[in-house]
Amino acid sequence: MRFKRLWAMFTARNLEFFRDRAAFGWNFLFPFLIIAGFGIVFGGKSFSEYKAGVFPVESPISIHHRVAIPEGFQSTRYVEFVGVPSLEAGLLLLKHHKIDLLIQQGPAPHAYWTNESSPKGYILEKMLIASLQPKDIGDLLSRQVFQGKEIRYIDWLFPGILGMNMMFSALWGVGYVVVRYRKNGVLKRLKATPLTAVEYLSAQMLSRIFLLMFTLIAVWIGCDAIFSFDVAGSYLDLAVVFFLGCLSLTSMGLVLASRGTSEEFTSGVLNFISWPMMFLSEVWFSIEGAPQWVKWIAGTFPLTHLLTAARKIMNDGAGLSDVMPELMILSAMTVVCLVIGASLFSWNE
Amino acid sequence: MTAAGLFHKLQQHVDPITANTTHIPMNPLLEVRHLVKTYKSLKAVDDVSFAIPEGICFGLLGPNGAGKTTTIEMMEGILSATSGQVYYKGSPRTGAFREEIGIQFQHTALLAFLTVRETLKTFQKLYHQTADIDSLLATCNLLDIQNQYNDRISGGQRQRLLLALALVNRPELLFLDEPSTGMDPQARRNLWDIVLNIKSQGKTIVLTTHYMEEAQLLCDEIAIMDYGRIIARGSVAELITKYCGEDAAGKSCAEANLETVFIKLTGRQLRE
Repeated sequence: MRFKRLWAMFTARNLEFFRDRAAFGWNFLFPFLIIAGFGIVFGGKSFSEYKAGVFPVESPISIHHRVAIPEGFQSTRYVEFVGVPSLEAGLLLLKHHKIDLLIQQGPAPHAYWTNESSPKGYILEKMLIASLQPKDIGDLLSRQVFQGKEIRYIDWLFPGILGMNMMFSALWGVGYVVVRYRKNGVLKRLKATPLTAVEYLSAQMLSRIFLLMFTLIAVWIGCDAIFSFDVAGSYLDLAVVFFLGCLSLTSMGLVLASRGTSEEFTSGVLNFISWPMMFLSEVWFSIEGAPQWVKWIAGTFPLTHLLTAARKIMNDGAGLSDVMPELMILSAMTVVCLVIGASLFSWNE
Repeated sequence: MTAAGLFHKLQQHVDPITANTTHIPMNPLLEVRHLVKTYKSLKAVDDVSFAIPEGICFGLLGPNGAGKTTTIEMMEGILSATSGQVYYKGSPRTGAFREEIGIQFQHTALLAFLTVRETLKTFQKLYHQTADIDSLLATCNLLDIQNQYNDRISGGQRQRLLLALALVNRPELLFLDEPSTGMDPQARRNLWDIVLNIKSQGKTIVLTTHYMEEAQLLCDEIAIMDYGRIIARGSVAELITKYCGEDAAGKSCAEANLETVFIKLTGRQLRE
C-alpha cells in the first residue's frame, strides 16, 4: 500500500463532499431539523398522548376552557380535548382512530363512546372511570416519586438521530456513490492506474469516517447550544463509541459498494437495509417488549449496538468497560464487512 | 534500422488477410497472442494476434461491435481475456505495466467537483514518474480552464483533459479509444496536433477511431477488425494498394483512400 495514492483519493473525495453544497448542507441540516422539530413538539407542555372528542362543540379545535364533562377527567394530564360538532362527526373520527374516546358534554349521566379496537381508547375509558371514583385509596396504594434527574425524550432521542444520520451517510455516501462511480466509468479509469483496490477502498472509508465525525461534532455543537444536552458519562467514551459505529456502518457500505452497476438496484438494497435498521435499532422508540425474533433481527444491525452503547454513556453515565459487549460486536461487524467488501470488490462489474 | 522501420519492411511481405494468425516483429513493445474473449454464447474477440513495435501509432479500426474496444481493454488489462496472452516488452505484464501506460477511455466520468488542475494533480499522485502539470496543461490547451470544475467544461475540453490524464505519468505506451468522438472539426484537428506532437516524442500509441481521415493521418500501421477477427493489416499505403484495384465502384488507386478500403472489407451493411 502506498500512502501517497491513498491520500490523493482521500483528499479528492473530501473536496467533492465539501464542494457539493447541496449534499454538504443537507448532511448538517437534516439531523438538526429533526432534533429541532422534536424539541419543539415534545419540549413544550402541550404534548398529549391521548385525544378525547367532546360534542356538541361548534369549533373543532382543542378545548382549553371548562366544558360540562367530569372535572377530574378534564384535568387529566396528557389528554387533549377536541371539540366535535355532532355525534355523527365524532363517531366518524372515532372510527378512523383520530380520537380515542368521544364524550357528550352536559349534565350527568355523561354518554361516551369508545372504539373496541383502540388500545388508547381502552386506557382513556379507564381514566374516565377512575376520575369519577373516590380518591381515598391510601390503604391500597403508596405513591413514590422518582428523585433522580429526569431524562427528557429529546436527550434519549438525540443519539438516535445522530446514529441514523450516520447510518444514512455511511451507507449512501459509500455504497451508492461507489456504485455510481462504477457505472459512469470513474472506477474503470482508476483501475487503469497503479492504484490498488485496497488503497481505494481504504481512502473511501477513511474519508467517510472523517466526514461523519466532522458532521457529528458540528451537529452536536449546534444542537447542544439550543437544547443543552446532558452527557452523564465521558465525552471521550462517547467519541470512541461513535467512531466504532462509524467504522462498522461504513464497512457495511463497502459491502454494498463492492459489486453492481445499477443505481436503482443499489438504491433498493440500501432502502431494504436502512429502513428496518431505522425502526428496529431504537432510533425513535424502544423495542422493549417486542417479540424475541424482532429483538434478534435488531441485534444484527450495527446501529442497534451503537445506540445502546451511546445511550448508556450519555443517559446513564456508563464507562467503556460497561459497553464492552457493544464495542466488541461493532468491531467484529467491521472486520467481517471489511473482509467481505474487499474480497467481493470489482472495479467494473 | 529502428524497430519501427524493421516492422515496415517485414510487413511488406505479409498477406494482411492471413496476418491474423501470426506475424511478430522483432522487439515489439506490446504483443497479443491468440486473444479470445467470449460473453456467454458471443465470441467478441476471436483468436487475435499482433505485435506493436515501439514508437509507432497503431490503429485498430472496425465497425461498431467489431471487438475493437474489447481487444484494447484486454491489452490494457482492464478486461481479462478468456484465453490468450498479452506481452509487454517481451514478458507478461506485471504491476509496473500500469506505471508505464496511459489510457484515454471512450466513456469516462470525472469527479465533478474537482477543477481541471486538481484532477491532474490527483492522478499525478497515483504514479511514481510524473509529467509537469503546467507543461501538460499547455500541451493539451487547458491553461485557460485549469481552475474550472470538471462538470463545467465543454465536450472538447473534456476530451483534452482525458488525454492529459492519460499523459500524466509520461507513459511509454498510450491507448486512445475513439479520442475525438463527439468533437467538432476544430477540436478534432486540435487533438490531432496534440497526438502528432506526442508521437514526435517517440511514444507508442494504440488508437481506435471511426474516422478514417484521422486514422490515415495519425497511424503508421493499421489493423481492421470485423466480427472479432483481424481481417486486414498493414500501413495505409499497403492497404490501399492491396484493395483499391478490386474496388467494385471502379475507383482508381489514385482516388482510393482508407475509407474505400474499410467499406470494401467490412461492407455497407449497418452495424449496431
